[in-house]
Amino acid sequence: MTNRIGTIAFNTFREAVRDRVLYNLIVFAFLMIGASLLLGQITIGVQRQLLINLGLTAISIFGVLIAIFIGIGLVSKEIDKRTLYTVLTRPVQRWEFIVGKFFGLMGTLAVNAGLMTVGFFIALIYLMRGLQASDASILAAVYFILLQFMIVTAVALLLSSFSTPIESAVLTFAIFVVGSFSEDLRGFAEGAKGATHYVAMTISYLIPNFSALNYIASVAHGNAVPASMIAWNTAYALLYAGAVVCAAAIIFQNRNMK
Amino acid sequence: MASIETVALEKTYQVGFWRKKTKAALRPLTLSVPDGEVFGYLGPNGAGKTTTLRLVMGLAAPTGGSFKVLGGDIGDPSIRAQIGFLPEQPYFYDYLTPRELLSYFAGLSAIPAKERTRRIEATLKRVGLYEDAWSTQLRKFSKGMLQRVGLAQAILHEPKLIVLDEPMSGLDPMGRREVRDLIEELNHEGKTIFFSTHILSDAEALCDRVAVLNRGELRGVGVVADLVGSVKGKVEIMWHGTAAVAAMQAQGFDCHAVGETVRAVVPESDVDRAIDTLRGHRAKLVAVTPMRTTLEDYFLAKLNSPAEVAR
Repeated sequence: MTNRIGTIAFNTFREAVRDRVLYNLIVFAFLMIGASLLLGQITIGVQRQLLINLGLTAISIFGVLIAIFIGIGLVSKEIDKRTLYTVLTRPVQRWEFIVGKFFGLMGTLAVNAGLMTVGFFIALIYLMRGLQASDASILAAVYFILLQFMIVTAVALLLSSFSTPIESAVLTFAIFVVGSFSEDLRGFAEGAKGATHYVAMTISYLIPNFSALNYIASVAHGNAVPASMIAWNTAYALLYAGAVVCAAAIIFQNRNMK
Repeated sequence: MASIETVALEKTYQVGFWRKKTKAALRPLTLSVPDGEVFGYLGPNGAGKTTTLRLVMGLAAPTGGSFKVLGGDIGDPSIRAQIGFLPEQPYFYDYLTPRELLSYFAGLSAIPAKERTRRIEATLKRVGLYEDAWSTQLRKFSKGMLQRVGLAQAILHEPKLIVLDEPMSGLDPMGRREVRDLIEELNHEGKTIFFSTHILSDAEALCDRVAVLNRGELRGVGVVADLVGSVKGKVEIMWHGTAAVAAMQAQGFDCHAVGETVRAVVPESDVDRAIDTLRGHRAKLVAVTPMRTTLEDYFLAKLNSPAEVAR
């Protein structure tokens, strides 16, 4: 079982690594980090803050775009091109395929985020002429970005298991945007009355809470990330992504191939 | 034992905006493919051949009926480990080379790691793909080469049952011949081969038995050796010289002349009379051949016949 999941994950990773879309997005991310470096140089006093804000946002946005662009095709492309036929007629369980795909894309995103983080730290060292102790919290923020990727990948995979790539892309992106404002939505729900209150509250709990995973502004201001927050966010992301991947596997289990 | 056995297997789709209408892609199909046979599944485009294969391979759920593959349930991974499947117009991961693709499938089919390289190289050679193509990404492959890669992945794990959907499609005459030889070889190794095609000459050359399907309905099943070669009760006579044509026509024989060569098809009982007439007009006989049925005759007759419950 583990071998088959590993084989599918490795193949997904290899396919993604050879896809040009990936490199285009990485180049854009590096350009954005470079641009923040330039902006930092013409800003007095807040260079570090600006670089962290822009640099980590670039890692987050471009990572999410990669997760969406590759994630939406993970299943639907294989069904459209019928590459799945030769996989599912082997001793592979359908859920193993879904889990393998998930880990393959997560691996791709982790490697990309790692590369971009290295690029970001080089820029930071260049700008600040060295690192300081509080910069360790930047790694925690990057870790939270990875947790965001995990949820976005799971959502893209779920949508990809029953809808077209375009629908999946639009919906996943919409969920990411709404999820990034989920705490504002919760605030609005608390102030609202009647049906609006219940609808907004339900949506705010169903939608992944990306705002809780966004520590970019906080670490840019030099704040530390508490260990308990790391534990809670990890548990939340694992549970949310796990549930969504399970749902994708259940839908895919009963899906008829065209 | 039967490698594939279906009982009243059927598939209907809901169509239309409200999905209230139903369309039968496969009407109840009862069919048995014994072990060790090469079985041809024939039918025009849209007959329901691919639908049947998708159901039998567990890629789609049937609406009714039941089926067994290698005596078990297709959902059982140990059964699927013994099956090789080539889909119609196969398409594989663009950015992989044939070697990488087969390595991926070898991993999924649990071929031991130490055996993989040898098995992959031997299989690629067996389907006619040689070293120069092994490191080329599949997106640069022609349709015929992809078909060969498809065949390679279907036989890589040495399955007992090989299911091929239009295996000759996209191949040039040489390629078709090679695939025919490969199917024969695999059959001699004891493997059961179930393949769909609309190319009747391939089926006639390869199959022990065939089934004819049209509009989702089984129209006939038979042993190829019995279906072809039975005498139709007519004889084809060919001769040189148009001088005898008028006399033959006067006897009621229909003649077709191309240049100096004339052809007539006469009932078996009239052969002597026809030959006497030709001799009388000093025509030079070229051939006297009893006419035999071909698979095409059977196929065309069955396409329009009523549905049949297969043996």
